[in-house]
Amino acid sequence: MNKYYKTIQSAVGPLLVVTDTKGVTYNEFVEIKANDGTVRYGKVLEVLDDKAVVQMFTTGQGLGIHDNAVKFTGHGLEVAVSPDILGRVFDGLGRPKDGAAPLIATKKLDINGAPINPTARDYPQDFIQTGISTIDGLNTLVRGQKLPIFSMSGMPHAALAAQIARQATVPNADSKFAIVFAAIGITYDEAAYFMNSFAETGALSRSVMFINLANDPALERIATPRVALTVAEYLAFELDYHVLVITTDMTNYAEALREVSAARKEIPGRRGYPGYLYTDLASLYERAGCIKGRQGSITQIPILTMPEDDKTHPIPDLTGYITEGQIVISRELYKKGITPPIDILPSLSRLKDKGIGPGKTRDDHKNVLNQLFACYAKGKDCKELAQILGESALSATDQLYCKFATAFENQFINQGFNTNRTIAETLNLGWHLLRMLPKVELTRISKPILDKYYDDDNND
Amino acid sequence: MNQAIIVKVSGPLVVAAGLDSANLHDVVYVGHAKLVGEIIELRGDQASIQVYEETSGIKVGDPVENTNAPLSMELAPGIMSGIFDGIGRPLASIRALVGDRITTGLAIDKLNRTTKWEFKATKQVGDTVTAGDVLGTVQETAVIEHRIMVPYGMHGKITKIQSGNFTIVDTIAEIDGQPAQMLQKWPVRVARPIARKLATSVPLITGQRTIDTLFPIAKGGVAAIPGPFGSGKTVCQHQIAKWSDAQVVVYIGCGERGNEMTDVLNEFPELVDIKNGQPLMKRTILIANTSDMPVAAREASIYTGITIAEYFRDMGYDVAIMADSTSRWAEALREMSGRLEELPGEEGYPAYLSSRIAEFYERAGRVQVLGSEGLLGSITAIGAVSPPGGDLSEPVSQATLRIVKVFWGLSAALAYRRHFPAIDWLTSYSLYADQLANWYRDNLSPAYADYRQGAMKILQLSANLEEIVRLVGEDALSDSDRLILDMANQLKENYLMQDAMSETDTYAAPRKQFLMLEAMMTYYHMAAAAIQKGVPYEQVVLPTFREEFAQFRYIPNDKADQISDLTNRIKYELGGKLA
Repeated sequence: MNKYYKTIQSAVGPLLVVTDTKGVTYNEFVEIKANDGTVRYGKVLEVLDDKAVVQMFTTGQGLGIHDNAVKFTGHGLEVAVSPDILGRVFDGLGRPKDGAAPLIATKKLDINGAPINPTARDYPQDFIQTGISTIDGLNTLVRGQKLPIFSMSGMPHAALAAQIARQATVPNADSKFAIVFAAIGITYDEAAYFMNSFAETGALSRSVMFINLANDPALERIATPRVALTVAEYLAFELDYHVLVITTDMTNYAEALREVSAARKEIPGRRGYPGYLYTDLASLYERAGCIKGRQGSITQIPILTMPEDDKTHPIPDLTGYITEGQIVISRELYKKGITPPIDILPSLSRLKDKGIGPGKTRDDHKNVLNQLFACYAKGKDCKELAQILGESALSATDQLYCKFATAFENQFINQGFNTNRTIAETLNLGWHLLRMLPKVELTRISKPILDKYYDDDNND
Repeated sequence: MNQAIIVKVSGPLVVAAGLDSANLHDVVYVGHAKLVGEIIELRGDQASIQVYEETSGIKVGDPVENTNAPLSMELAPGIMSGIFDGIGRPLASIRALVGDRITTGLAIDKLNRTTKWEFKATKQVGDTVTAGDVLGTVQETAVIEHRIMVPYGMHGKITKIQSGNFTIVDTIAEIDGQPAQMLQKWPVRVARPIARKLATSVPLITGQRTIDTLFPIAKGGVAAIPGPFGSGKTVCQHQIAKWSDAQVVVYIGCGERGNEMTDVLNEFPELVDIKNGQPLMKRTILIANTSDMPVAAREASIYTGITIAEYFRDMGYDVAIMADSTSRWAEALREMSGRLEELPGEEGYPAYLSSRIAEFYERAGRVQVLGSEGLLGSITAIGAVSPPGGDLSEPVSQATLRIVKVFWGLSAALAYRRHFPAIDWLTSYSLYADQLANWYRDNLSPAYADYRQGAMKILQLSANLEEIVRLVGEDALSDSDRLILDMANQLKENYLMQDAMSETDTYAAPRKQFLMLEAMMTYYHMAAAAIQKGVPYEQVVLPTFREEFAQFRYIPNDKADQISDLTNRIKYELGGKLA
C-alpha cells in the first residue's frame, strides 16, 4: 500500500491535509518527499472520509503543496533497537547523529508503547543512593520512580541531574545500569555539558543519547521523549538494565504540543495548552516503573523550567499531579551560594516510605526525616519573625531554631556538586544538627530512637 | 442491513455511518480489532462513538458492529477482591491473556463463567418474591456473604429453587417458570432503583482523628477532598479505604498513577481488617484506569464503580466508594466534548459538567433497598478533586462543593511542614456534625461534644493569636492567650497529625481518640483555670505532660485506657495548684 500521494490540499503551520487517500490509519507514520529531494516526516492526526490530517515533525519551509509526494507507511513511528545501542547518539527521531554506522536493528519498536497493566507492576521500593543529602535523607529516590526536577531559568539543574547520574548507586546490589538521556530543545552548551559529564565518569559507554537542540525542528520534540522511553523500555525489560532516564526540558515539549494544538484550532485549556496535556504527559511519565518478574527498571528524572518561577503554571502543576513527588530548586538558596540549591519544603518523594528504614537505609531514617523537616520549617518561620521583630524579641528556644535553620542550610543542603555522601553520613549529619535543639523539642522522634541516637555523638 | 463503516477517526472519537437502528449509549465494536466503544451522539445515520481503547491503526472504511446493548457491568459472585479497568474488564485475566501490557480488542468475559460457587437457597418453592428479595447466599470471601437477589423486573412465585454448586450463568431458580441466574447485568449510567432514601445518623468511623473528631462523615454521606499535588489526597483516600468501618469498599483509581493501584494490590491482601481479622482485600473492589490508559474509559470508570457499589448496597451493606480523582474524570469529559466540537462552558469544560457531578454524588446515600425485607444499606462517596494550582475557584471544585456536605480541604502549607493529614482545620467543614452528635454522645461520652467544640475554638483562636504574634511578638500576649497558643500547637502536633505509615498511629479507635482528647482538654481547662487564679504561666505549662502527649501516638488502641491515668494525674497535679 506504499503508494505516493501527490494530493496535498493545504499546508498550514505544521499541518498538511492530504486528499483522495484510501486506507490511511490513525497515528500512522508518514514520509513527505519534497521536490528538492529532501524527506520530512510526520504522523496522521485525523482521518475523515478521504482526507488525512498530517502533523509534520519539521517545519514546512521549502515545501509546496504541488508535486510533493506523501507516503503513508502503514505503521506508527518506530525506533530501531539492538544491544549495540549503548554508547550511541541519535537525533530527536532516533536517527544516528554520531557519524557512526547506522544501528543494525534486531527489532523495531513502536514509540507509543502500551499501558502497563497495574496488576503487572511491581511496587518500587529499592533505595537509590544519590549521594545528595537533601534527596537521600529527605526526599528519597527509589528504583522505578518518576521524580522531576522543578527548576527555573538560570538555575543549575543540569549540574544536579549530572550529579545524580554520576553518583546514583543501589547499595549492596550488583546489577547493570544504563542512562538514557533525551535533550528536548535545549542549547548545545547544555547538551555538551551532559556529554562531557558522562564522558568524564565513563558513563558514556552505558548511555544512549537523543539530542534535539534548540535549533532543531520544534515539532520533532513531540517524538523525542517517546523514542527515548521506548529504548529505555527495551533496555530495562528485555535486557535487564536498571535505566535512569533524564529528559530535559519538558517545558519545551509542552510548548511543541501547544503549537500543534493551536494549529488544529482546538479549544485550549489553561494558558493555551491543550486540554489533554495531563493525559499526554501521563503517557510519558507513566512509562517509568518496575514490572513483576523482570530484572530491570525505569527511573525517570524529567527536568522542567517553571515559567516565571510559578509552580502553579500548567506544566509543573500537571507534572506534579502525575509524578511521584518533585525536587524543587530555589533561587533564593542559589543566590546565597548554596549548592545544590534544593528547597526541601516544597520538595517531596511520595515513594520514600517504602524505600527507607531498617534493612534499606537505617532504623532512624523516618524519624530523622520528619524531625528535620519540622525543625527547618519552624526555623524558617522564626527567622522571618526575627526579621520583623528583631532577634531579641524571640524566645530562647526560637533563637535556637534560627541557628538550626542557618546551620541546616550551610551544612546539610550545601554539600556542593562534587561531594558524594553515604546515607549513614547524611543521617549522622542530621543528628549532629538536631542536637542543637533540646531533646524535648524533638517530638517527631519516637522515644527508643531518640534515646539510641541523641546522646550517641560518636559519629560526629 | 448495511454494514456500518467508519468515516472519521480523531483520537478516541470515531464517527461511523450506517448505524441507523442504533440508540444512544449503545456499545459498539469498532474496526477489525473490535475495539469497545459507546455511541454518544447520533446525527442522521452518523454516530459519534467514544472508543475505550487506543485507536492507532483504525482507518476509514473499517466496519462497526452494534451490540444494541448499553454499557453494562456484570454483577455476580467473583466480583469481590477483583481489579477491573474503566469499563469493567478484569485486569488480572487480561494479564493472563496478553501479558504485562494492555493490548486492544480483547474478547474477555467481565466475570468468570466457569467457577462454581456454593449457592445456599434461603427461599423455598412456593414463596412469593419481588425484585430485590434475597433468593439465597454465596459465601464469596471470608467476610462477604454475597446475597443473590431477584433481578429487577422479576416477581412472582418461586416454582423451582435448589442449593448446590453453580456457575454464575446456571439457572438457580425459576420464578413463575422464568429462569433466574446469579449473574445480573446493569447499565452503568442508570442508578439502580431503591425503595426510598433515608436520613443519615451513624458516622463512618475512619480511625483518622481529624476526620472523626473534627469533620465527621455519615454513612451514606458525600465528601470531597480537594488539594494541590503533594498534599496527600491519595493517602487520605487510602487511609479511609483501609480503616473505615464500611463493609464493602470500592476504590476507583481514575486517571491516577499506576503505582498507587499496585500499592493497594500489594498492601490490602496483607493488611488486616480490625473488625474481623481478615485481609482488607476480601471486602475491596478496585477499578483502575491509570493515567496512561485510554482517556474515554476514564469517563466510564466512575459509573462502573458506583454501579458495583449500588449492587452491594442493595444486599443491605454499608459501602464506601472512593474516586481518585474526579478532576481526571471531568478532564476526560472535557476532552470528548472538545472533540465533539460542543460549545464549551467554563475553562473548556462542557456546560453539563456540574449536572454530571451532581448525578454521580446523588447515587450515594442511606436507603431502604428494594425487596420485601426492607433491608437498609448505604453508599458513602468520597471524591478527590485535583484543582489546577490548588485554586478552588475552578469549575470542577466549585461544582463539587455545591453538592457535597463534607469538605476536607488539604493545604499545601501544612504539607510543606509534613503535617499529615494536611486537612486544614480552618477551611474544612462537615454538615453532618449535628446529625451525628447523638451517636457520639451515646457511644463514647456525653462530654465528647464539649471537648470537640473546645478544641475547635482553641484552633480558631490560635489562628488570630498567631497573627498578633507575627506583628508584635509573643511577649505581648497575656498568659491565657499564650496557653491557647501552646495548646493549639499541642493539638496540632499530637492530635491532628497522624502518621499513616506508623503501625500504631495509622488507625485510632474512637475510644482512643476520645481519651486523647479528654486528656488534652482536661489539661487545658485546668491550666486555664489556674492562670485565671493568678498562677504564673511557667508553673502551669509543664513539659512533663507535653512529653506524654507526644507519646500518645505510640500507644496501641487496646492499651488506650492508660491515657486515663494521665488524665487523672493532670487532675491531681493541676488541681493542687488550684487549691
